[in-house]
Amino acid sequence: MTTYVGKPVRRVEDHRFITGRGRYVDDIKLPGMVYAYIVRSPYAHAKIVSIDTSQASTAPGVIAVLTGKDLEADGIGGLPCGWQVNFRDGTQMKEPRHPVIAVDKVRHVGEPVAVIIAETREQAKDAAELLTIEYEELPAVVDPQKAVEDGAPLVHDDAPRNLAFDWEIGDKAKTEAAFQEADRIVELELENQRLVPNAIEPRAAIGDYNPGTDHTTLYTTSQNPHLIRLLLCAFVMGLPEHKVRVVSPDVGGGFGSKIFHYNEEVIVTWAARKLKRPVKWTAERSESFVSDRHGRDHRTKVQLALKNDGTFLGLKVQTYANLGAYLSTFAPAIPTYLYGTLLQGVYTTPAIYCEVYGVFTHTVPVDAYRGAGRPEATYLLERIVDLAARELNMDPADIRKKNFIPPFDGIEQPGYQTQVALQYDSGNYEAALNRLLEMANYSEWRRKQQELRSQGRYIGLGLAAYIEACGIAPSAVVGALGARAGLYDSATVRVHPTGKVSVYVGVHAHGQGHETTFAQIVADKLGIALEDVEIVHGDTAEIPFGMGTYGSRSLAVGGSAMVRALDKILEKATKIAAHLLEAPESDLEFREGKWYVKGTEKSISFPEVALAAYVPHNYPPDLEPGLEAESFYDPKNFTFPFGAHLAVVEVDPETGEVKLLDYYAVDDFGNVVNPLVVEGQVHGGIVQGVGQALYEEARYDENGQLLTGTFLEYAMPRADEFPMFKVDHTVTPCPHNPLGAKGAGETGTIAATAAVANAVADALQPFGVKHVPMPMTPQRVWTAIQASQQVS
Amino acid sequence: MFPASFDYRVAESIDEAISLYQSADGEARYLAGGHSLIPAMKLRLARPSRLIDIRPIEQLRYIRVGDDGAVHIGSLTTHAEIAASDVIAQHAPLLAQAAKVIGDVQVRNMGTIGGSLAHNDPGADYPAAVLALEATITVQGPNGTRRIAAADFLKDMYETALEPGEIIVDVAVPSYSGWKSTYVKFFHPASRYAVVGVAILANADGNQVQDIRIAYNGVASCAFRDTAAENVLKGTTVTDTAIAEAANAALNGVDALSDHFASAEFRKHIGRVYLKRALQGLFAG
Repeated sequence: MTTYVGKPVRRVEDHRFITGRGRYVDDIKLPGMVYAYIVRSPYAHAKIVSIDTSQASTAPGVIAVLTGKDLEADGIGGLPCGWQVNFRDGTQMKEPRHPVIAVDKVRHVGEPVAVIIAETREQAKDAAELLTIEYEELPAVVDPQKAVEDGAPLVHDDAPRNLAFDWEIGDKAKTEAAFQEADRIVELELENQRLVPNAIEPRAAIGDYNPGTDHTTLYTTSQNPHLIRLLLCAFVMGLPEHKVRVVSPDVGGGFGSKIFHYNEEVIVTWAARKLKRPVKWTAERSESFVSDRHGRDHRTKVQLALKNDGTFLGLKVQTYANLGAYLSTFAPAIPTYLYGTLLQGVYTTPAIYCEVYGVFTHTVPVDAYRGAGRPEATYLLERIVDLAARELNMDPADIRKKNFIPPFDGIEQPGYQTQVALQYDSGNYEAALNRLLEMANYSEWRRKQQELRSQGRYIGLGLAAYIEACGIAPSAVVGALGARAGLYDSATVRVHPTGKVSVYVGVHAHGQGHETTFAQIVADKLGIALEDVEIVHGDTAEIPFGMGTYGSRSLAVGGSAMVRALDKILEKATKIAAHLLEAPESDLEFREGKWYVKGTEKSISFPEVALAAYVPHNYPPDLEPGLEAESFYDPKNFTFPFGAHLAVVEVDPETGEVKLLDYYAVDDFGNVVNPLVVEGQVHGGIVQGVGQALYEEARYDENGQLLTGTFLEYAMPRADEFPMFKVDHTVTPCPHNPLGAKGAGETGTIAATAAVANAVADALQPFGVKHVPMPMTPQRVWTAIQASQQVS
Repeated sequence: MFPASFDYRVAESIDEAISLYQSADGEARYLAGGHSLIPAMKLRLARPSRLIDIRPIEQLRYIRVGDDGAVHIGSLTTHAEIAASDVIAQHAPLLAQAAKVIGDVQVRNMGTIGGSLAHNDPGADYPAAVLALEATITVQGPNGTRRIAAADFLKDMYETALEPGEIIVDVAVPSYSGWKSTYVKFFHPASRYAVVGVAILANADGNQVQDIRIAYNGVASCAFRDTAAENVLKGTTVTDTAIAEAANAALNGVDALSDHFASAEFRKHIGRVYLKRALQGLFAG
């Protein structure tokens, strides 16, 4: 019986957002607040010879000019990395100091060098122009493959060859053997280009210190306020955690970029405590481009060994992952445990080996960006599978079907143990692809493709069958893999005396719609109206310790914690109801918000029971008053959503222009709480994935200057470039969490990039073009055609 | 993103604007639609000490046929107004064809023809059109009024014939009623500026061409007429062969812009393909 779950309930938070009533960090104005402007390095690599603050500090409105030396003198530490990935030979990961403000050297354009604090942000910025910083420019390296060469400039003196780690997964010998017996080997070198996350709300932070109580508050645009508090207190500033509150109010998009503990969070907290005035910093968009952690940036060689009938025998992958100048919070995990472990894909490939070099360069640090490792894995797998199909003259759908892992529900049939550490929970990959092919009328598109080719028009069909690991994560498992945090989550359900309910969750919404979807679950579970439930998140003073939102974990992990807490509420409430109804608990049944004595119309409602819990005049003698419950949920496994997408493009071979004609998606998220919200996630994800395929690129020149550092050069996808998407679902529930839910936040991004890349390559098959590097701009497509024509 | 501080003044008339310009300490700039100037100020690439907002000057906002038979367009006329004008559709549709593909809806509602021409961005869409239309630009400044042919007005990248303190007041386009025209654009996906824009204006009876003008923007540092391509087609009957010849003749010797999105070679290639296709479209039947 559900009133809300499974229904396309409109998002309750949208009214606030679209009427301008959201409260974002930059909307917060505290009495006496002053403003920080951060002076950033214009060079990718330079010695800081001197900083002359004399002119800037006497400029109008200026309160302080602070440098890295001031920060070190106050005993503030560097930014910590939250995941350790060691070298294959056991050597510890190279983890050079990550200064909050650079002291002797700068290592990427945009690195903080000094901070100006002034009465207004304009005064702070104006004063920044009076700061004289003398640099001695040094040679830089931006390409991860060049960075490991002998003689390359070193980013950190204590990281030889610029390596943070090298890492491997899979069985090398077994894979080599598989390659020996293969009929053929298909190989490709590809680049998964660097992206700028570009959340619509730029990052912002306010530090506030009360000397009377010694309380410090940090308001920040974060996806995980408790993690920020922990890192800030325990690792960077040495503050007592019970005296520090971190508030992450409404946040306008994150896509991963707001997970990490950032320099500016430390700067405003430190400055506020030092100056005893609230200090606000809000990124300008140009700052976002050079200070938000970037995503992707892999150079990869992939080889697939297979039989002539299309059976996959082995997969070999070698990747150089650009980590940027410093190790960001989760950076080492992204190109390793969230990447190499996904190389099984949805296929039975019996032997897999992957090695990854984590490389420092003079660029903005790279960390998780929507999909985080899984889009990179999916892109290379789906590209090489398509290329194999082409070489064997098989249809891309057929080669996938031939190699799919057979269906398993994780209950009757066990989970699927991959060659790369993970155990998939449940899956039915062929069902998703079959539904896609039927919905898209794939064979008709193939026929049309042939027909149009004869007219000199080139359309391409691109499939991507993907799997992703989300709902991160079982704490013990990730701990064994180097995580320095647990990845459970939490919820407190507080029933008020009138039967209204506040739920305090450890996960954080910054566009996902938790205030609606979580409330749907609560309302159904307690049999109350949706409007009687409020979901509270983002303030460490209110919520239980939680790990925040990323990796499509909120529903599977945080939602499960909430369901457990609701079960505790119902358990206690049933005891109260039994007492009030003067019947044994076993004689009661709970439906639609009322406990009935079975077989009678005698009942008591949820609000009546709630009132009794707080006014316990007539009450079970051994029961505590009150109706509140908390639960911490540590998942048993990751969850593994999957699906199949189809992109249809038309390529103009004379100009290289690519037009997305149609897009179809069939995803399996297990049980769906709100199909409208999920469809929105899928749409947004597809657009982001297509953005990578066709438009977006954080491109550095060889001196480490970002060439695409404004929206005049960095192309974001726009609505008029897209057809209406056709989406559908199959449902294979997650067997190990109480909701049966898998994650829905990243799949669009994971699948769409590969689907579009495959579609463009498919369109260009008559020209002999095997591969077009991303973003597949007209010039790149045209150049690929020209190069191929010259060869043939 | 916020600019250096500046003195903001509002002008109600052209004379007031000019006198505000003359009385300014340091560099003054006129503000029309602001779609190039404001971003440049926010990036602190432009830092005028005084901004003179000329938007309230209603006398600069018109589209009408003058006594001289030409279409006169006030400099504060927005791209959206030009795109929607019946007068322009009748006499100089090429200008509307260019206006329709500038930026996006918001840009077209704010940006003005005077502001765009005064800025002379190499990727702007009007320059090729005004060259093909042989428009006359009237400017007014501290030393009075001047009438300047478009070809003399557009000098180089971000460079025009405007002298300090001068404001574009009027753009006059002769009537080309009955001529064929088109503007085709290959735009940058981020900025939506023209990487290549081709304006074609032809006086033709069917495929028999009496006169034809072909102008490019986006390709080089400044918009230009491609007379070599024009000469292939002028006074001839347009055929597929002639179109191919014109496309081959186009852009030869042009010093094309080059960046990572479009190299000089690619820009020229696109310029020729777009010219060919535009001509095919124009003379299709």
